[in-house]
Amino acid sequence: MNLLSLFNALPGAVAQGLIWGIMSIGVYITYKVLDLADLTVDGSMATGGAVCVMMMLGGCNVWLSLLCAVIAGMLAGLITGLFHTGMGIPAILAGILTQLSLYSLNLAVMDFKANQGINVTKYQLIVSQRNVRTLSIDNPIFITLFILAVLIGVLYWFFGTELGSVLRSTGANEAMSRAQGINTKRVKILGLMISNGIVALASALLAHYQGFVDVNMGRGAIVIGLAAVIISEVLFSRIFRNFALKLIGVAVGAVLYFIVIQIVLWLGLNTNLLKLLSALIVAVFLAVPYWRTNLAAKHHRKGGREHA
Amino acid sequence: MLDITDVRKTFNVKTVNERIALDGVSLHLEAEDFVTVIGGNGAGKSTLLNAIAGVWPVDSGSIVIDGRDITGMPEHKRAIVLGRVFQDPMMGTAATMQIEENLALAARRGDSRTLKTGITREERAAYRDQLAQLGLGLEDRMTAKVGLLSGGQRQALTLLMATLKKPKLLLLDEHTAALDPRTAAKVLELSEKIIRENHLMTLMVTHNMKDAIRYGNRLIMMNEGRIILDISGEEKKQLTIERLMEAFAKASGETFVNDRMLLS
Repeated sequence: MNLLSLFNALPGAVAQGLIWGIMSIGVYITYKVLDLADLTVDGSMATGGAVCVMMMLGGCNVWLSLLCAVIAGMLAGLITGLFHTGMGIPAILAGILTQLSLYSLNLAVMDFKANQGINVTKYQLIVSQRNVRTLSIDNPIFITLFILAVLIGVLYWFFGTELGSVLRSTGANEAMSRAQGINTKRVKILGLMISNGIVALASALLAHYQGFVDVNMGRGAIVIGLAAVIISEVLFSRIFRNFALKLIGVAVGAVLYFIVIQIVLWLGLNTNLLKLLSALIVAVFLAVPYWRTNLAAKHHRKGGREHA
Repeated sequence: MLDITDVRKTFNVKTVNERIALDGVSLHLEAEDFVTVIGGNGAGKSTLLNAIAGVWPVDSGSIVIDGRDITGMPEHKRAIVLGRVFQDPMMGTAATMQIEENLALAARRGDSRTLKTGITREERAAYRDQLAQLGLGLEDRMTAKVGLLSGGQRQALTLLMATLKKPKLLLLDEHTAALDPRTAAKVLELSEKIIRENHLMTLMVTHNMKDAIRYGNRLIMMNEGRIILDISGEEKKQLTIERLMEAFAKASGETFVNDRMLLS
């Protein structure tokens, strides 16, 4: 094991972490703001890339392709929202249904091939792995940081508007929101659309970054998103109280996650075991707050008995 | 004006738990009526308020407010004409949002929510004045998260939210039951003040017979999903707990045994 190879791999980990950070912000909106666990993202994390790459291969302008990718993601969110609010299917199951159907749809978009490459020399890609170690404005780290800054700025503004406030209140207290005349069904659909739109944007960027789109590239996306959200919560919940800072924390959480993964790989873990590791990390981080309260309660009971 | 005509609601239809919650309730309220509603557990008091609020659809009958039939309207649409305060202090506010944000949400009840800023400077000034009138010191904590407030403070805030945009009907569902006696008395005083000043038509469910007698210009008692007593005017003013219990025995043919009501 030499440290140099780890350092060489770090820029790639940071760039990937930032792209997945964008996706994690999408997960944050459903999981934290709306209080819904939305599994659509495992599908829409491939949809965005599929739409964007296939349109560009067909000769479309890169920005138009990116826009269509985002719209495709929003449509996926719309479907989940309709399953959930219009058909009374529990949110988790609604997401799973959309995710499953997206697998077929993504394949259909990709001409029924499991992956489609896009060459950085022939096409104008927004970010590319090739430039990850160059010190220029083509470096995907700089470009993704810029996109993240704009995204966080827009979301900060949006959640301060009347419409954004309604999204927050629906997640915080649905009964109260209805009592205040808010159509909570419509609000949930809107939240799912925004979230999956952001996820599809990340998906398109990831396809650009790696130079291909793969029908399986979204598998486990929700777990990575949750990992980023939870890591940021465990590390920053006492420092970052402002909404924009919380979103920054989520992106940092995603970067940390990928750095940890990189280190584990460097230590010699078989890549095929990565998903197992991811799941375990998330399980442990999810358990920490629960254990903490349980431990406190136990301590309390014991102390009480001694005093009695 | 509120007109409830022969409203019926049965829960868990065709199961062993089938229960008739509202058994043909009819009720007419005049514009400035302040009606207290009492009755034992399961008498249908809260069910009546939930039927008006549209938490679930009723089986039959009609509910009309100021000539507008709201019977089939979804909950969020009738919220435009209703102000509601719940028994659970947690239910009426969004705990993770600031005091002023909660008020701003309530101030837009019935308006379509746009991309305009969620709370304007003028609003903040107005909220500060209105919070000051509650006398709880909340005007100095407007950006505090509501989750940090006590139960009494949250109920007072919910009350303000319910009446910020003057509702046609105010529904108070045992809104002081979860509070300690002193705080409960304070919130009740506050409720009466707000109702009086805004001339609000009000239905207030309570478990406390004294409160039911003391407040409002009319009292109704429910039992087994029906209104069995309706006392107003001079008779209401002369009412005592003993007379109320006698009247209950006469109307229902059974004695009124409910520790919670007697003791409170």
